[in-house]
Amino acid sequence: MCINMVKVAFKVNGEHIELDVSPRELLINTLRSKLGLTSVKYGCGIGECGACTVLVNGEPVLACLTLTVDVNSKDIITLEGLSKNGLTDIQRAFIEEGAIQCGYCTPGFIIMAEYMLREVPNPTISDVKEYLKGNLCRCTGYINIFRAVLKAAKSRVSR
Amino acid sequence: MVIEIPLVNITARNTHIIPFEFEYYEPRSLEEALELLAKFKGEAKILAGGTDLLVKMKTRIIEPKVIVNIKRIQGLRYIIEENEHIRIGALTTLRDIEKSTIVEKNLPALHDAVKVMGSIQIRNMATLVGNLCNASPAADTAPPLLVYNARVVAMSTRGKRFIPLEEFFKGPGITALEPDEMLVEVIVKKNNKGSSAFEKVSRVVVDLAIASAAVYAEISSDGVIEDSRVAVGSVAPKPIRTRILEERIKGLRLGSEELKKAIYEIDREISPITDVRSTAEYRRHIVKVLVWNAIERVYRRIRGECV
Ligand SMILES: Cc1cc2nc3c(=O)[nH]c(=O)nc-3n(C[C@H](O)[C@H](O)[C@H](O)COP(=O)(O)OP(=O)(O)OC[C@H]3O[C@@H](n4cnc5c(N)ncnc54)[C@H](O)[C@@H]3O)c2cc1C
Ligand code: FES
Ligand code: FES
Repeated sequence: MCINMVKVAFKVNGEHIELDVSPRELLINTLRSKLGLTSVKYGCGIGECGACTVLVNGEPVLACLTLTVDVNSKDIITLEGLSKNGLTDIQRAFIEEGAIQCGYCTPGFIIMAEYMLREVPNPTISDVKEYLKGNLCRCTGYINIFRAVLKAAKSRVSR
Repeated sequence: MVIEIPLVNITARNTHIIPFEFEYYEPRSLEEALELLAKFKGEAKILAGGTDLLVKMKTRIIEPKVIVNIKRIQGLRYIIEENEHIRIGALTTLRDIEKSTIVEKNLPALHDAVKVMGSIQIRNMATLVGNLCNASPAADTAPPLLVYNARVVAMSTRGKRFIPLEEFFKGPGITALEPDEMLVEVIVKKNNKGSSAFEKVSRVVVDLAIASAAVYAEISSDGVIEDSRVAVGSVAPKPIRTRILEERIKGLRLGSEELKKAIYEIDREISPITDVRSTAEYRRHIVKVLVWNAIERVYRRIRGECV
């Protein structure tokens, strides 16, 4: 079957979405421009900065290198979805530890931190560095980000 | 007077969008995919993880007329251990390989390589087969698979063929695949006698290699190299086996002056270039260090001193 405008149906943050898209439309643009989910940031467009990271079926995916047609029937979570019921523990730790300056990189970091804590509930500093190495921050110098993620991990484990 | 106005650099990249249209197909079976490739010949490009292809399309390095997205084909994502072989399917991601105990146990150099590739996001999207088909001289999975004498399985509507990986790479971005062929599987023979390791240097943690080296070796308990296979990346137009070196280091002792001298002769087999990542001179130097370190690590693995 050849496809020119394609009907896609997928879930974003629990909500069912149906759209007609061109095959060349990128997920980052669908999420930001059509669905208003502006936590998904455009940093580099070539997979190097992690600012556009979203969870697709629970796995971290770069929205700048994903065709929207490719998420047909899948389940997407952005930071808006994670923080639906108020700030998450990771967000609070970021604020408390001063892990945010301009904030542009923050959603990508929080998505990856969330993913890591689901896979590795009790991370070491080297786990944190490994999971976050695909995310660039031009402001904070990373130290406060690592500290915030470790703090959130601790509070989750003790809960 | 004629004033020369410099042309606007139209290749300056805008990576917000894919700036051209293409026909898009999502085959549900291998047969359907092969028929599409046969129909469109060189016009179609296969899309797997997209981490190379979509970057090249955004920057207009290539502008395929047709995209065949193979990700909805069932049954191509697997790592299977058999008596003599390990088989890895076309849709197996780098992250699948990283998490596989079969690979960690039997193919430690490949395991080393995927662990230092890209970021977790990239490894979650990217496939092993995409890394091979992209045929970068810096493809990190290539040196390990070369020292394992891996074969790849190419399929088309005309049939199936097995290609030794060494013959698969033809040059930068060029493979032995015909335009209507798809790579469906990588087959690696298990090596039970020796062990293997991979080493890489790059500018920052998430970057292509400045140079890389993989070594498979059988080393006696007192540290003499009995047999070896060595492959290097980013120091030639394609990832290569260094067979002269393999011959030269046979019978030499780890840590010895002779071994050092022998490794220096790798210069005759490589042809590195200067680019944004490194000078040719540095590549010549560092690749020797990487080969040396990889041999040392193989020995420690054989002795059970490291994983
Ligand atoms: C930020 C970043 C970091 C990276 N880091 C590394 C790194 O450290 N080391 C490294 O080696 N690479 C790295 N890469 C490159 C890339 O991620 C890998 O080469 C990856 O394995 C490509 O796989 P893919 O599934 O994404 O391929 P795609 O982009 O989908 O395809 C790549 C090419 O292979 C072809 N192809 C794919 N599957 C098949 C098939 N089954 N049969 C025939 N042709 C096929 C496609 O048509 C295309 O030409 C990096 C890329 C990015 C963006
Ligand atoms: S915008 Fe997607 S990784 Fe930078
Ligand atoms: S806070 Fe500004 S880029 Fe990270």
